[in-house]
Parts: sequence; structure tokens; C-alpha cells
Amino acid sequence: MIEVIDAERCTSCDICVNVCPTNVFDKTDGIPVIARQGDCQTCFLCELYCPEDALYVSPFADETQPVDVVALKRTDTMGSYRRAVGWTDDTRDRRGVDRSYLLFGH
Amino acid sequence: MTIPTHRAERVSAPAGSVEFDADVLVLGGGPAGTWAAVNAAERGARVVLADKGFCGTSGATAAAGTGVWYIDPDPALRETAMANREKLGGYLQDRRWMARVLDGTYQQSNRLADWGYPYPLDDRGRSQRNSLQGPEYMRLMRKRTKQAGATILDHSPALELLVDDDGAVAGASGVRRQKHDRWTVRAKAVVIATGGCAFLSKTLGSNVLTGDGYLMAAEVGAEFSSMEFSNPYAISPAFGSVTKTLFYGWATFSYEDGSVVPDAASKGGRSAIARALLQGPVYARLDRADDDVQHQMRVSQPNFFLPFDRTGIDPFKDRFPVTLRLEGTVRGTGGLRIVDDSCATSVPGLYAAGDAATRELICGGFTGGGSHNAAWAMSSGTWAGQGAADYAAQLGRATGRKLSSAGTIAFRSRSRRAFEPAALARAAQDEVYPYGLNYFREASRLQGALARLDAAWRDVSEADAAGEADVLRAREAAAMLATARWMYRSALARPESRGMHRRDDFPDLDDRQRHYVTTGGLDEVWTSVRPHADVAYAEAAE
Ligand code: SF4
Ligand code: SF4
Repeated sequence: MIEVIDAERCTSCDICVNVCPTNVFDKTDGIPVIARQGDCQTCFLCELYCPEDALYVSPFADETQPVDVVALKRTDTMGSYRRAVGWTDDTRDRRGVDRSYLLFGH
Repeated sequence: MTIPTHRAERVSAPAGSVEFDADVLVLGGGPAGTWAAVNAAERGARVVLADKGFCGTSGATAAAGTGVWYIDPDPALRETAMANREKLGGYLQDRRWMARVLDGTYQQSNRLADWGYPYPLDDRGRSQRNSLQGPEYMRLMRKRTKQAGATILDHSPALELLVDDDGAVAGASGVRRQKHDRWTVRAKAVVIATGGCAFLSKTLGSNVLTGDGYLMAAEVGAEFSSMEFSNPYAISPAFGSVTKTLFYGWATFSYEDGSVVPDAASKGGRSAIARALLQGPVYARLDRADDDVQHQMRVSQPNFFLPFDRTGIDPFKDRFPVTLRLEGTVRGTGGLRIVDDSCATSVPGLYAAGDAATRELICGGFTGGGSHNAAWAMSSGTWAGQGAADYAAQLGRATGRKLSSAGTIAFRSRSRRAFEPAALARAAQDEVYPYGLNYFREASRLQGALARLDAAWRDVSEADAAGEADVLRAREAAAMLATARWMYRSALARPESRGMHRRDDFPDLDDRQRHYVTTGGLDEVWTSVRPHADVAYAEAAE
């Protein structure tokens, strides 16, 4: 479930509010809030779309988890999914490396 | 190709609402919906696409990666691809449709390449087109939908259809949940592309898929087919949402004490996992993946590793607990019945595409991975969009039609009791999640579940209209409940095991039941049987 909007990084662009398919966030005058955490479907898509690596989705789908934001930043966990799929400027080459065709038919 | 675009017109509306005048309204903004919108617009239709969430992230495809049933147009390869599926699907596929879908998928995939989808190149420099990365694919489809001239309404779940005096579908209305107002689109044709129903099981990306389109379609009298093929379960870490069944092909499954679960496998042995889960926890370890395979998995599906990397589990070395999450009709093959090549339903003006429609024509009673669903979404979306545009054009100006709202449940004022969406959703889940009811089916257990589901339906039929804040949840819960009833009535109407439908009391395939089960109805759920095309021809020839 979504656990963190990091106030330090967030620029209040509201992209996450728009793209979350289950409408978990609400706009505010400042940074968005996680208004309906229980509706989160743990799809990690808000992380992909956040341009500032300000979001963290915990992999636990059914329960909330305590998270250590300092550690998440230190280990570069925030933004790791975006980099892995090639949605950052310096990882763009990863967009075309799908090797599923070697795995099908197993 | 330059396309003259005609845009849907925003017309004046009372305060607290927006209204559009369109030719084609597409409900749902996943692969099928976007392909429908693009193709309808290319035929000159004025198109509105309304998505419950955000077109581009909504649905089962956007969050995941999917194989695509893409086969080069070589007759021998295509023949093998079709023949391979027949036994799995219980001999219910239709060859003509399989060939059509292979053609359609080939063409749409070529368009994706032209549009810049970053297909990978293999060692020999050939573009490999049998897999799509969900986020990348759906971001592109959103862009193309806009470029085609369609108007996208995000966070705008449809709640009910509009019909004219003759009962033809003529639009829909719903809420804009971030703007806290209502929308209405008057249209000459509507494409239902709202996906299947996964009962809020949190299988990856599926929580927007609650069967909403089924409920709306049923309210105007649409029919469903193959709803008994609705019980696939996907493997995920017990704590997580990421279901990627393909990769578990390299797993060994074990009990708590470390001993191996006999016959358990991702493919062909998932029922052994279900049976073991009925006894206690089951663990997996992907210990059959060598270094090359591990690397290919990582680059192909980064999200598969998020639950592991973020909990310090090495899935290739460590055992981790797994569960089976219900995928319902998202990965099942049941859905709205298609009556012709343009993906029309049995109701005039209403079309269906993607997982909202039955996939029986290409999958019979079993889908396996997502690749057939992906191929079906591209092909059926294209045909439904074109069909809806042609229907709209043939209807002409269609002015002066008197439209009425078709919504029933959650809209009727009955003072007797309040509508409780959360309790209703749980009541449906309690009957469809248990492996002992849905995975392994048997007459008396199905009848027991149906009695409880029917009672819940009668109950909620007498409930008061849902409030503004609750109406979407109320409709979702009612749709789940209705879906469960079509599933189990159809399951009872098929006393045999075929495709994914397995009956403990009828464990074998029965040659005399090579037919389709049709279902429908809300207060009274009915079923009937339609012959398979091959059987019908054979009988005619006798
Ligand atoms: S997308 Fe990221 S930066 Fe933008 S509002 Fe959301 S958290 Fe903040
Ligand atoms: S993980 Fe998915 S459902 Fe959860 S907040 Fe992010 S986008 Fe929304």
C-alpha cells in the first residue's frame, strides 16, 4: 500500500492525484494527501509517474507497514521502479530490453 | 494518415453536471477501450471515453506486463498456434474467430510499432512483438486516443446506461469523482470496455475491475456467455499483489516443513497448490531459474521483484509464502455475449470489447496466460470501435430521441433499509474467494452459495438508494453480487469438467456438452444452452 509522500521532494504537481487509478490521493493547497489508503491496490503506478521520486509504495497489499523514509532515501529505494523500467532520463535504454520472448513457452 | 477529427460537443447542462453530445461513448480506458476509441474516431465518429480511474493506468494491463498472442502470418505457424489451444480450452473455440484475431493482432501490433512502441530486438535484430510492458503500452494508448480526437473523461465512472424509447442504448451517465459532479454523454452507440470482475481481490491492477459494465448491460437486457469459466486464481506472494504466473514456472512449492507439495506447478498443477493451501501455508522458491533466466526475468518484469527487493527476500534462494488470488472473469473467459463480427451485443447500440466481452471465441474455457486476452483486447476493441461508429453513422442525426436512465439497483428509493456497500461486497467475496466453492465446484456447494447470493440480492433490492458518496461503491458491490450469481448458475448448468471449470461431482469432460452456456437476468437469473458452431454444422449435415 502507498505509505509515503515525501514533503521534502514533492513539488505539488498533483500528477499522482490524477494517475492513481483507484483515487487514493486528494489535492490540497500544498502537497497531496493519502486520503483513502485502504483503496490502494498496490500497483506501484504512482511511483512510476512521480517525477520527483517522492512516493513509496510498500509491497504489503493488505496491511499498513511502518516505514523509515530516511533509510528508503539512503538506499535509493524511492524511484527504483522508475529507473528499472527506463522512465528516467539516464535509464531510457531500459525501455527496450524486454526479454519475455525468451521466457515464453517454458 | 491525416484524420479529420470530429470532437464530441460539450452542451449546456444544469449546475453540478457536465453533458456531452457524441456519436460513440466508450466506457473503460484500458487496451480494449482505447483501441475502440481510436478506431471509432478514425471512422469519423465523435468519441468520448470515460474511465473509472485514469486512462493509461487503469486496469489489469497497465500495472503489469503481458504476453501477446502475436503470430507471424505464416499459415503453418498460425495453424499450430490455433491447434495448440483447442484441448486446453475444452474444444469451445471458434476457428474463424481465432484466425480473425491473429490477423487483427498482427495488424494492431504493427501500428504500435509505427507509433513508437519500443519493441525489443533479438540477437538477430528482429523486432519481438509477443510481449508488451503495461505502463509503456497504456501511456502510448492514452496519447493515441487523444491524438485521434477522442475526449477522455478520467475518474469518471459510469453508473447507468441511457436508452431510447425502443430500448436501444443511447449513452450513459456517471460521476466525476474528483470534481464531485455528474456527467452525462448522449451517444448513438456505447462500447462496454470496463474489463471483467476480479472481486477486489487485489490481483495486480484489478481493483477497478468490479463488473460495473456487466451490471449496466444487464439492466438493458444484455446476455452473457461462458460465465462458468470464471475461476482462475493467480499466484502471488502471500503478502503482496504482484501476480506473474509465468515466472512461477521455475518455482518449487513446499509445505511449512520444507517438504515438496506433490504435483504442484504454476502450469498444470495449480490445483495442487490450492488443495495444499486449504491445509496450511505454501511456500515457493524460484530455484529452477538459472542465471540467464534470472537476468531475463529482472529486465522483463521489474515489478515482479518489488515485493522481494523491498522485503529483503531473494526469490531464487529464499522460500516465501504464496497465495492464490482470484482473477474471476478478468482471466476467465466469460463476459458479454458477442453476436456478430462487429462485437455487437444482443442489445441494439451496445458493443462489448476486451475482458468485458466473452473470450470464448478464441479461448474456449481457458485462457492460460494473458496473451490471448491482450490479443482479444486489441482486436475486439478495434472491431467494436468501428462497429459502433458505423452503427452511429447509419442512425443519422437521431435528434429528438427521448432518453431514460436504465439504472435500477442502488438508485431506487425504498425506505426499508440502508444500502451498505462494504458489507455487500464482502458477502459476494465470501462466496467466490474460497477454493472449496469456486476452484473446486460441486452441485450442493454451488446451490448453497447461490441461495445465500440470491438472498443477498433480494435484500439489497429492497434497500434505499445509495447516497452521493456511496453510490459508486454500491453499484460496484451490486455488480460483484450479480456476477457471482451468473457464474454459479452457469456452473450448475454445466455438469462436467471442461476448460478451467472443474466439478468434483463430474470430473470428466462430457462430449455431449460441447456447447455454450448463456446467462442473464438480475432479479431472476436464467441460463440456456447454445450449440457450438462445429456441432451445429455437423447436425445440419446429418
Ligand atoms: S507526483 Fe510526486 S511530486 Fe507530484 S504531487 Fe505527487 S508526490 Fe508530489
Ligand atoms: S500504488 Fe496504485 S493504487 Fe496505490 S496509491 Fe499508487 S497508484 Fe494508487
